[in-house]
Formats: sequence, C-alpha cells, structure tokens
Amino acid sequence: MTALFSLAWASLLNRKGSVILTLVAVALSVALFLGVEKARSGAREGFGNTISGTDLIVGAPTGSVNLLLYSVFRMGGATAEVTWPTYQKIAAREDVAWTVPIALGDSHRGYRVMGTSLDYFEHYRFGGGQSLAFAEGQPFGDLFDAVIGSEVARDLGYALETPVTLSHGLGSADLGSGHENRPFRVAGILKPTGTPVDRTVHVSLPAITAIHVGWETGAKNPLADTIPENMIRSFDLTPKTVTAIFVGLKRKGTLLTTRRAINTNRGEPLMAIIPGEALAELWNVTSVAERALLAVSAFVIAVGLVSILTSILSSLNERRREMSILRATGARPHHIFFLLVLEAGLIGFLGAGLGILLVHGLLAVLAPLLQAQYGVAFGMGGPGLVDFAVLGVVTAASLLIGAVPALTAMQRSLADGLSVRL
Amino acid sequence: MSGHVIDIEGLTFAWKQGPQILDIPAFRLDAGERVFLRGPSGSGKSTLLGLIAGVLAPQVGTIRVLGEDMAALSPPRRDHLRADHVGVIFQMFNLVPYLSVTGNVLLPLRFSPARRRAAGSDAAGEARRLLTRLGLEDEELLKRRVSDLSVGQQQRVAAARALIGAPELVIADEPTSALDTDARDRFIALLSEEVTRSGASLLFVSHDARLAPLFTRAVDLAAINRAGVSA
Repeated sequence: MTALFSLAWASLLNRKGSVILTLVAVALSVALFLGVEKARSGAREGFGNTISGTDLIVGAPTGSVNLLLYSVFRMGGATAEVTWPTYQKIAAREDVAWTVPIALGDSHRGYRVMGTSLDYFEHYRFGGGQSLAFAEGQPFGDLFDAVIGSEVARDLGYALETPVTLSHGLGSADLGSGHENRPFRVAGILKPTGTPVDRTVHVSLPAITAIHVGWETGAKNPLADTIPENMIRSFDLTPKTVTAIFVGLKRKGTLLTTRRAINTNRGEPLMAIIPGEALAELWNVTSVAERALLAVSAFVIAVGLVSILTSILSSLNERRREMSILRATGARPHHIFFLLVLEAGLIGFLGAGLGILLVHGLLAVLAPLLQAQYGVAFGMGGPGLVDFAVLGVVTAASLLIGAVPALTAMQRSLADGLSVRL
Repeated sequence: MSGHVIDIEGLTFAWKQGPQILDIPAFRLDAGERVFLRGPSGSGKSTLLGLIAGVLAPQVGTIRVLGEDMAALSPPRRDHLRADHVGVIFQMFNLVPYLSVTGNVLLPLRFSPARRRAAGSDAAGEARRLLTRLGLEDEELLKRRVSDLSVGQQQRVAAARALIGAPELVIADEPTSALDTDARDRFIALLSEEVTRSGASLLFVSHDARLAPLFTRAVDLAAINRAGVSA
C-alpha cells in the first residue's frame, strides 16, 4: 500500500493545476460547513450565556419562551404585568435571597429601556457567572440617571452626561409623542457582555413611574408636560406594576418547590420559569432553521466531493496509457483500483484539512470583529472534535467516491491489456 | 518445468465475434535465446504478446511460460507471473510521466517482492548501474522529467526497467520503430548485451526484417501462424 501511496502522491503532483482547483472546491465547501457549524455552536453558547445565576424568572402567566424572550432578550412584549404588592410578597419569601424587578415598555431610538433596581447591577450574571461591569461612570443615583449598554453607547456615540430622551412604546422612530420633556443623562456605560444588556438603556423604577406621570389613562394627558420636575420628584414614585422579576434563591434545593409555590400563588396568577429550561425550549424552536442551514452546507460538501469525482473521471482517458504501463510492469487490477481510490482520498483529506485551516484562520482574524459588530460569538479555540469528524467523514466519502473512477479504470485496464492503441 | 521459457502448442485465439487471428501449432523459446519475431502490424503480434505476458487467456491449446500453463492460472496468478518474471518494453510512451527516470526503472519492484529481492538492498544503485550500462550515466539527465528525454533515451530507460530484478523473460514490442538506424542498432546491441549479462531470454517483435541478423534466431510469425491474417 505504501508503494501505491507514493505513486498516488506523485500522480497528483503531476496534475497540480487541476488537483489544486479540486482541492480548493473541497476546501471551500468544508470551510462553509464548518463556518456554519461554528456560528451555530457559538450562537448556542452565546444564547446559554445570556443569563446565569438567576434561579427563576417570574412574570404574569404567558408562555415560558415568551417570558424569557421579553425579560432576557428584550424581544416582544408582556401582555400583563405583576402588581407591586405581589412583587413585594415574592421578595419577602423566606426562601428568596434576592430579587430584581424590571419594567419594560419604553424605548430610546430603537433600544429598549428597562426600569430596574440597583440590585440588578449586583445580581444579574451572564456568561457563566460574570457580573456586569462599568466601562465608565456608575449606577444611576439620581431619578433621571440612565445606564447604557456598550452597543447603545457605541452606535449612538453617547458618552457620560449625554442627555437622553425616551419614547413611549417600542417604535424606533421618534414620533414626537414621547417623554422628551423628561430628559435623562447618561450616568454610566457598561462594558460589553455579548448579551442583550449591551442594547439596553437602564433607568431606575421610580424613573419609569416619573416619566409616565400624566399618562395614567394610557395616552398622554395634554397637561402632562406642564407638571414641573421638582413637583414630580415629590410624588410617590413607587411603581404600580413591574414586568418581570429575576429571583435568586437561598438554596438551590428549593428551586422546584418555590417555583410551584409561585405558580400556584393565590390571588394574582403568576408564572415562574427556570431560565435554563426556557432557554432549551427556545433553542428547540430556533434549531429547526439552524439544522436546515447545516443541511444546506452539508450538501455543499457533497458538491465538493462530486468535483473530486469529476476531476478524476475526466483524467482517466489521458491516463489510459499510464494504466497499461503499470499493468505491464506487474500492477494487478486491484493496484489500479487502489491507486485511484487513494488519489481521491488524498484530495478529500487535503481539501478538508485546507478547509479547516481556512476556517480557523478566518475566525482568528474575523471573530473579534464579528463579536464587536454583531455580537455573534463563534466557538473558538483550535481544531476540535467537529473538525476532526468532518475531516474523517470527508476523507472516507472521497475514498468511497473514488471507487467509481477506480472501477472504470480497472475494467478498462483489463480490457486494454498491454496494447493501448494511441 | 519443461525447460522452455515459452512453449506454445496448438494455440488458437480469436477476439469475440472476430476471425481467428492466431493458430500456432508450435513455438518455443529456450533459456538464453534472443529471438526475433517478425510480423507486419495486424498480424496478431500484440495478441500473441498479450497471451505470453498473461493479460489475455488462451482459448484453445496450451501456452506455457516458464513451465506454467497460462490457461490453468487464474488472472491474478498470471499477473503475479508477469510481475515476477517478465519485463516488457513497448513501442513508445513507455514511461510513467510523473515518475523520475529512476522511479520509472524501479517501478516493477513496487509490485514484485521477488524482483525486489533480486535487485538487492541498493535498488537505486542497481537502477543507476543498469542505466549507465545502457548509456545513460549523465546525472543531469537522470534528474530531468521523463517527458523531456529523447525517444531513444526513453527506450533505454524502459529497457533498464524491463531488466531490473533479473526477470527470466524480456518482451519487446517494436521498441525501435521510432528510432533512427544508428540509435536503433545501438539500442539493440545494448539491450542484447544486458539481456545476456542477466541471463534472460529475449523475445523481440518487429515488422522490420533487416533487424533479424542481430538476434540468435529469427522467426516469421506468418510461418508459424496458420490463421494467416494478412495486413
């Protein structure tokens, strides 16, 4: 076999031009597949990293995925809220260590605004236990202070002390019917987290109440803007409702009983979800699209493999003479067969290897950019299990596919014998 | 062992649905002989060589090569016999384009452990020795791509390849038809010398009757083949 291996190698070198083209086709197809796979696993990881350390998320009854989407991913909206007394009841439970209430519903130039307490900066965790950290400034101290995520700061060009006016509702356009009479100032800018926190404007809960003074009917009272700021500051700004509550427990062991207790709360109906569970559920929903993408890129690999077949088949005619020389010098039909199978396998192996190098090279260069620009985290690090699996599968498939031209060549060489007419 | 390197008796052969092209009552080639077999193209020479080399199987009659009845051997056994005991030189385009000169000479050793053993531990040295004897001693020449060699040089490389590992039988199929007279005579002289030195037998096929005196015996294919297909 080693004799054949060096023959196959020399034969490939002799046809560098077409072999390199085939290699590139295989390499690109493998790179595409692995790129999709890395983006997928990166997205999955980023997904799971969005929230950690929170044992339960509590909100008004809805779907668990929906609650997760609006409370953690700032997507969609709540149809109902949790009243303040009920929040206080949960916060006072003896098995609860901490709570972070959040109020959603307003936006700033397309970015969600979230009202919360100072506990948020202490207890919210992401990416396997990392705390939020400030790049500049500090948590909100004044009623009209805002803390913005890194992406908000970067995209809108905001620095500390920049005035910020909020809009009522979630529209990205400023419709003029907003809270422009109650400007905030940027008090702090968070460091990048790669989570929806980066795209959030954080204010205090009383601030949310304050900007809605005069909105009690659901629409803006024409007189709302006439109420002076110092008067608002003197109001009782305790919120009437919150959108959701992040809950940390004293002991993880009580997780299920606490959840059941909240879910079966008498009086106001509530729903408590375990973030990890809801994330898995959400992932199941999105994984259909992701699998489709993976399937498409797998087909691209198949196309790459077919190009190996084409390249070898088309070389067979001009190599007829070579085959009969090999036969005359003692090569058995199976030598001819394995020579061509080996050539196909070598192209597959080298092409896949090249593709893996390509993907890792590109990722090394582009991943930081993509992460910064789009918040897409790729599965990083050196070649992993997936890469070796792809290398193995592509090589095996090329060997198999090589059997087609190999059989043709073998049969031909038997028919040709020693006398190939040129 | 019958003692003959080639021993043909009552051999007939026809391609599928074609006329009979070989009908040879008897033909023998003994050890150490250098036989010239004359036949015009289309006289069934290539078919006969295919039968002797074992890539074709005889239909009627017997053909023994080194005592082995080719009809009784399976195709793989015939392949083994050829790999171990027969060197072949073609008319043209004898060399594998992607191997070096030495790589081409060493090619039979890849497929035959017996010839690998016969060539000794320094196979590359043996190849160089054969090439030198055949007049290809120039180191520069050996480094060139085989397609850059002249036809005469290519044929000498092919001769070295046929001789390496000391096969008992060397078959040459019109190896000189692309050479001019000088190169042709020199090639035959060198080949004969090396065949004699290694103790092999030579079956040299050509349409050119003028070559006959250069061999120990000359046979006209038309004289031994009753099928008598005319060119």
